[in-house]
Amino acid sequence: MLVASSPHTIGPVSVQQVMFRVWLATLPGFAALIWFFGWGYLINALLAVSTALVAEAIILRLRRRPILFFLTDGSAVLTAWLLALALPPLAPWWIPVIGALAAIVFAKHLYGGLGNNPFNPAMVGYAVLLVSFPVEMTTRWGMPAALASEAHSLAEAAQVIFAGLRVEQTLVDGMTMATPLDVYKTETALTSAAVVREDPLFSAGWRLYGWEWVSLLYLLGGVVLIWQRVISWHTPVAVLASLALLALVFSWAGDQYMPIDLHLLGGATMLGAFFIATDPVSSATSNRGKLIYGAGIGVLIYVIRTWGNYPDAVAFAVLLMNFAAPLIDHYTRPRAYGEQRT
Amino acid sequence: MTDSFSTITRNGLWNNNPALVQLLGLCPLLAVSGTVVNALGLGLATLAVLMGSNLAVSLIRHYVSDAVRLPAFVMIIASLVTCAEMLMRAFTYELYQILGIFIPLIVTNCAILGRADGFARKNRPPAALLDGLMMGLGFAAVLVLLGAVRELIGQGTLFANMHLLFGEAAHGWVWRPLDDYPNFLFAVLPPGAFVITGLLIALKNAIDQGMAARRASEPLVRGSKRVRVTGKIN
Repeated sequence: MLVASSPHTIGPVSVQQVMFRVWLATLPGFAALIWFFGWGYLINALLAVSTALVAEAIILRLRRRPILFFLTDGSAVLTAWLLALALPPLAPWWIPVIGALAAIVFAKHLYGGLGNNPFNPAMVGYAVLLVSFPVEMTTRWGMPAALASEAHSLAEAAQVIFAGLRVEQTLVDGMTMATPLDVYKTETALTSAAVVREDPLFSAGWRLYGWEWVSLLYLLGGVVLIWQRVISWHTPVAVLASLALLALVFSWAGDQYMPIDLHLLGGATMLGAFFIATDPVSSATSNRGKLIYGAGIGVLIYVIRTWGNYPDAVAFAVLLMNFAAPLIDHYTRPRAYGEQRT
Repeated sequence: MTDSFSTITRNGLWNNNPALVQLLGLCPLLAVSGTVVNALGLGLATLAVLMGSNLAVSLIRHYVSDAVRLPAFVMIIASLVTCAEMLMRAFTYELYQILGIFIPLIVTNCAILGRADGFARKNRPPAALLDGLMMGLGFAAVLVLLGAVRELIGQGTLFANMHLLFGEAAHGWVWRPLDDYPNFLFAVLPPGAFVITGLLIALKNAIDQGMAARRASEPLVRGSKRVRVTGKIN
């Protein structure tokens, strides 16, 4: 049985161009991240990308592949970049380094390199980090600029990232906090949704103190990618629709379940739907398959966020559906003209 | 079925290593190899059971018919495991509590039944005993190596809690290269065990390939008496 495999783009678009366009589409969201949450994201991204390039070069040499050819295709850079966007900005320096190593060495090259990885490398890196370092991964998120007493500089962010625990704890505490999803979940467990909504994180500003702008800019970048036909609309629409539908169904009990705006804009939903789930290698291939694949991710995001222990769920949802992608492909393979229905 | 003793030794320790080549007994291998002391405890218990079962099976090989051999072997292994469990409870009680269900589970370790049915049933007692010793040592060596790597990466220590096995004198054996090492939970958890086992297997294959390549490049000496035994699985 043969299933149409990647690359899925039509026309003479090189891998390099695809990677570059996807990278470009993340830039508005990235700029918003830095604007609202400080320079940590830039340092993270530089650390992750440089680690990924070095690891890629070493592994390519060990595998006796053309180094420059694969290094310049941009895939390693994009993987590390997406990973850095998902990491807490003020995590210690070894977090992005270990994540990028896990993504490039284990998730990508041990499975055969570009185009052969069954799992999304960036999300494997993220999952390894989240499982290994739960404290660093959940408490080192940047405090929104509007909430922090004073804006911190690039130098201060670098100090927190590189000097780690030896920095004064007050500096770290003044710059970090948990994500809105995390705060909402832990606080509604103690009080009610109405009380939590008065938390400055949720009540002031437009909605979520910066997170909503980041998410909306990711949405914008994703729409541009669809318009440029770099990705198809099927996966992101299915992810967002199934997640929104579930959030609506459960919205009657506001004290127990997160509201829909928090689900769509509060976490990594937009990043996941447009940039992670659409990875052509590890997702389903046919359009019908992509719809099923995306819907599965949306449902899993909701289920893990609501009934699981982790604050966000995009990485696990994507990895679980990566497992299912070959099965989905098997059942959604388009029939050739004249082929009998089996 | 008359392997020389050196062949049996080489098979057990390297060529046909139960953990790296046969991939048997993976359940305890992955579950309790979090630290050196756990790995060593379970490795020694498995080694003892494997030697005992191989010897016993070899002794009764003429008196048990093929039809009922497997239940008989399992009975032998189960009684030996019960002995090992009681011994551990008597002498290393804390380690016994840490290893928990994985000591009784030695019964289901396929490496032991595999050696009983695959080797001891067809060989004389001395060879069977040596096979049990070498297979057990090979298994225990991989277990300890895996435990050391996982302990070092996962907790940043080596030989922690060795007093559980060697008494109070071993309290100071723990080696801690970095003072404020953040625990790398991935290596402690089962996925890390899978990954590191995979890397060890890859390392073994790489060494084998390197040796084969070197052997192939050596000029053949005409008339030499060298005998090569290649990849024979009993």
